[in-house]
Amino acid sequence: MTLQKHLIFTALGGIFLFAVTQQLEPFRNYQLATMAAYLCATAGLTILTGLNGQISLGHGALMAVGAYTMAFAQNGIGNLYLSLLLAMLATTAVGAIIGVAAARLRGPYLAGLTLAVALAIPAFTVTFDGLFNSEQGLPVSFTPPETLPIETWQALTAGGSALLVMFLLANVVSSRFGRAMRAVRDNEVAARLAGIHVARTQVLSFVISAAPAGLGGALLAFLAQNVSPGAFSLTLSLYLLLAIVIGGLGNLAGAVWGAFLLVALPDLTNSLTEGITASPELARKLDGNLALAIFGLTLIVVMLVAPGGLQSLVQRISHRIRKGRNHV
Amino acid sequence: MTEILQVRGLVAGYGAAPVLRDIDLTVPTGSIVTVLGANGAGKTTLLRTLSGLLRPTAGQILLDGKDLRRVKVERLVRLGMAHVPEGRGVVAELTVDENLRLGGLWRNDVNAAVAEVYELFEPLAQRKRNAGHLLSGGERQMLAIGRALVARPRLLLLDEPSLGLAPKITAQIMALLQKLRTQTGLTVLLVEQNARSALSVADSGVVMSLGRIATATTAQELRNAYLGS
Repeated sequence: MTLQKHLIFTALGGIFLFAVTQQLEPFRNYQLATMAAYLCATAGLTILTGLNGQISLGHGALMAVGAYTMAFAQNGIGNLYLSLLLAMLATTAVGAIIGVAAARLRGPYLAGLTLAVALAIPAFTVTFDGLFNSEQGLPVSFTPPETLPIETWQALTAGGSALLVMFLLANVVSSRFGRAMRAVRDNEVAARLAGIHVARTQVLSFVISAAPAGLGGALLAFLAQNVSPGAFSLTLSLYLLLAIVIGGLGNLAGAVWGAFLLVALPDLTNSLTEGITASPELARKLDGNLALAIFGLTLIVVMLVAPGGLQSLVQRISHRIRKGRNHV
Repeated sequence: MTEILQVRGLVAGYGAAPVLRDIDLTVPTGSIVTVLGANGAGKTTLLRTLSGLLRPTAGQILLDGKDLRRVKVERLVRLGMAHVPEGRGVVAELTVDENLRLGGLWRNDVNAAVAEVYELFEPLAQRKRNAGHLLSGGERQMLAIGRALVARPRLLLLDEPSLGLAPKITAQIMALLQKLRTQTGLTVLLVEQNARSALSVADSGVVMSLGRIATATTAQELRNAYLGS
């Protein structure tokens, strides 16, 4: 029953995506594609942090693994869908390694480990510059179809991938494994006594979370047609974490809000800085930090108004509306 | 009568100092055995050691003759031993139904097992979609026992099921244990501070003091000795 419901939602999402991409102007399609790429990562992260209780400051680096694998595969093989799959597989392998270490750690120690990953992987690409071409990064070449504008094609590819991720993760959430994840998060002793292998559940959760992050990174590389370490800095990991908290931890719909904000807030910041007449020095400083400040401010406001995130606010409002209708 | 659980010379504790010292205990199949004792006597530590949450430093634990010392906690429930810990161990954010299903994650007949629990505990059936944290103390206790029963255990370890509950609810839980024993042959090792209610259903019991078993005898003799009737 749940599977059928998810299939229907995914099919409707696909139809909606197709219809929307035909209407939007190229830049908006590009933004939609970027949002879909971020959604892959936020959906995976919200499952890990929200449902399994493992904090990760390293998902930006996992996206980098996906992006670089995408670049190597695409430049070598040239098959987009195979490259996306390989990017996911490579990130899954890296996620499994981190997950094994992470399963032994809790709280600040786990945050510390994933922070190290967030710093180490981009640094790795600079250290081995012969392979990764240092800060300049690698090009990601592909041949777009002639029948569609490139942005529409990118939006359809990224949006379709995000829909697939959402479908798979929604099924994980409602599966036996989803219940095991939540049990481990809430009460490890009860989970163990119920026969759940806690460490195995944590490693698998990390793997399940890493795979879509890798796909998200690969999609970002596909959209930018380039991959460089600067795009996957620690700031990206922090943004991802902020996004899922603002959207609503552990909630896939919350991950959609988070991905939307990741695209919308920098856009809003650009509009603000363009409207302000400032010295070049101040404009440069604002350009680097204003987005993060606005994100932080949004987090504070959302936590005050809706501690469960934007999705909980939406649910509360829709509940009140339905209640109001029933009274009438 | 065969023994489902045999404990020989068990020593366990936290850090260097042992809490349990040289424990010998035998639980006959299909019986209710209660473990009584004051706070700090080592009752909870005994159950935690039996269920593998705490590793013993010496001694043997045999379940149907199988040595459990190297068996992981997660495997024990599959071998037929379920432990309802003190404080109930309900997963607060999961619904009643999800909590129950957790008890039989690996089972193919989990639907039937959950339906049986709903028959046993009607209040749970009425609140199956409520989160665990919304339940009353008595309902949480029912849920914790229910989740253990979904695993269809042969031996149930129960730690202070009466803790914080009204006498009426405690009596209901004790009556249920007796019913389960009669109907399904379930063996229960019941840790209690409330000697009166535990001895009302137990066949035999042990009294622990300072990590040792001070007395091991029939429930009738314990009633005579401690409750005066």
